Amino acid sequence: MTHTTTLNQADSLSQGQRWLRALTEKVSGINLAEAGRQLLLPAIGIVLFLAFWHAAAPQVQTSLGAFPGPAQVMEQTGQLWQEHSNQRDRAAQFVTMQEKRNERILAENPNAETKIRDYPGAPTFIDQIFTSLGTVLAGFILATIIAVPLGIIIGLNRHFSAAVNPLIQVFKPVSPLAWLPLVTMVVSATYVSDDPMFEKSFLTSMITVTLCSLWPTLINTSVGVSAVNPDLLNVSKVLRLSFWTHVRKVVLPSSVPMIFTGLRVSLGIAWMVLIAAEMLAQSPGLGKFVWDEFQNGSSESLSRIMVAVLAIGFIGFLLDRIMLLIQKKVAWNE
Amino acid sequence: MSKPHLELTNVQMAFDTKDGPFVALENVDLKIRKGEFVSLIGHSGCGKSTVLNIVAGLLQATRGGCVLDGHEVNTPGPERAVVFQNHSLMPWLTVYENVELAVQQVFKKTMSKAERKEWILHNLKLVNMDHALDKRPGEISGGMAQRVGIARALAMKPSVLLMDEPFGALDALTRAHLQDSLMKIQQDLNSTVIMITHDVDEAVLLSDRIVMMTNGPAATIGEELRIELPRPRNRVALADHPEYVRYRQAVLSFLYEKQTFPAKGESTEEQKPQARDETSDQPENAVETGKDRVLRIA
Ligand SMILES: Nc1ncnc2c1ncn2[C@@H]1O[C@H](COP(=O)(O)OP(=O)(O)OP(=O)(O)O)[C@@H](O)[C@H]1O
Ligand SMILES: [Mg+2]
Repeated sequence: MTHTTTLNQADSLSQGQRWLRALTEKVSGINLAEAGRQLLLPAIGIVLFLAFWHAAAPQVQTSLGAFPGPAQVMEQTGQLWQEHSNQRDRAAQFVTMQEKRNERILAENPNAETKIRDYPGAPTFIDQIFTSLGTVLAGFILATIIAVPLGIIIGLNRHFSAAVNPLIQVFKPVSPLAWLPLVTMVVSATYVSDDPMFEKSFLTSMITVTLCSLWPTLINTSVGVSAVNPDLLNVSKVLRLSFWTHVRKVVLPSSVPMIFTGLRVSLGIAWMVLIAAEMLAQSPGLGKFVWDEFQNGSSESLSRIMVAVLAIGFIGFLLDRIMLLIQKKVAWNE
Repeated sequence: MSKPHLELTNVQMAFDTKDGPFVALENVDLKIRKGEFVSLIGHSGCGKSTVLNIVAGLLQATRGGCVLDGHEVNTPGPERAVVFQNHSLMPWLTVYENVELAVQQVFKKTMSKAERKEWILHNLKLVNMDHALDKRPGEISGGMAQRVGIARALAMKPSVLLMDEPFGALDALTRAHLQDSLMKIQQDLNSTVIMITHDVDEAVLLSDRIVMMTNGPAATIGEELRIELPRPRNRVALADHPEYVRYRQAVLSFLYEKQTFPAKGESTEEQKPQARDETSDQPENAVETGKDRVLRIA
């Protein structure tokens, strides 16, 4: 048995090598070195990291057992996925059950009111990921809606810029943890409704994300707007462009690259802040998942938290890549 | 004589700097007829661009002023189109869109969409740039970009065309080609042109009048030279035309004998203390020479 697996491994390895060679043969000498650097070195980095992690993890003893190594984390990843699909099945069953019951009721009395309740089970890891993504996007979009127009005004008007600059400098470095209690109190005081469209905890996390993440976009937009090439400003003057045409046709396009750099930094901060906010505000999402696992304190908790850590990192990376793609589509200098 | 089309009267331009005002121009007087082609020539930093910017309305003279067709110039406007020293195309717009931006703005009300399109293409064709309509400025050469800048300015149908070293950065061949096109366009449209140049041959070939500026600070107009060569002019035929050679000589003599270029290493900072002394003598000189500044070589 062991024999066959090793054989298989060797086989797949040589297959991989063959594939690599086929790939590299297509590209010329310089590209070969380039491709190697682009594929091989990151792969080596990852393998070395995994080896180090594997070796070092058992040395670290905690009250919940040894620190999880890559193997345990892999296993928990599968486990979490399994839990998610089980939950899905149960939810589907729950709904079909209700549908059947409703059919029966309707058959007896066609005028009866029927309804289908959602499955009341706890959200799984995957559900939490989507909740977090929703919250971060909401907070980020709100931050963008505030920061870009405000940044344009600041960049266009020297007096306004001088007036708000000290405020920006002071509020920019504030940690999300400091905002959170204030936001929580304000949200519970002002957002009172019998049939709320949003959960309060969602609003709290979202607003905290907005407050912390709007600064890079705001600053970059204002810098980009105030740094438009003076020759292009002269062209605009000679053409007598109206204020709006000037902003739309000259100022905005010229600052798009700067704005996007700001947006990428903002999204990165938004994602980091969100996890902290969810942990503290106990609002659903990955942060709460981590916190719950920490409180739970089972022997699997550390592995499950580690899965969350990796997922957070990977999603943050993906978000940045997506922004980069949008930037390449939109910005003229890419 | 009828009233001049464009008139600069007693213009002074002082810039605010860290160490007090810096007088770049003093007592600049210039009258230009409709359809005249005027070249401004002078050493680097003497204030040629400043003169052009005052006519464009991008700078406000600290004394005196500029009158175009009886109206004082105090804001920029498309009737005084500018070809900037470094093309100044919007890098995010294509060649076509760059000209379109200008045409859209100037002829929004007077041309239909189809007419505008035709007009844009017509102007790009004039400068031989209709083959690269969808290219961005970053994807074309400096000479091509400069041509688009010229097309953009021409497309505004300006009553005065202001050009700041339009061919400065071009190779000799492209430059010659564009000079020929410019001569033809100018003759067809009878537009008034003020062109800054460093190139004596270019000035003589293209101009009706060459205006030579003294060195700054407090620069003014040193001499003016009417070029009375018949048009259309042909560069090859003119090359050893005795008149042409004499005009050339006159400009060269002004630039390299009467106004030698300030020695290297002499920075503007060092000149500034002198600037105030010179402002007191220079105007008198200028007035003296100003009475009979127009040299005629016949
Ligand atoms: N905004 C400004 N502030 C202060 N000084 C200025 C300013 N603009 C121009 N000057 C000064 O005025 C003088 C004339 O400048 P200008 O740009 O008109 O020269 P120029 O003749 O166009 O030179 P070049 O041929 O090199 O383009 C220079 O000494 C310059 O330093
Ligand atoms: Mg200049």
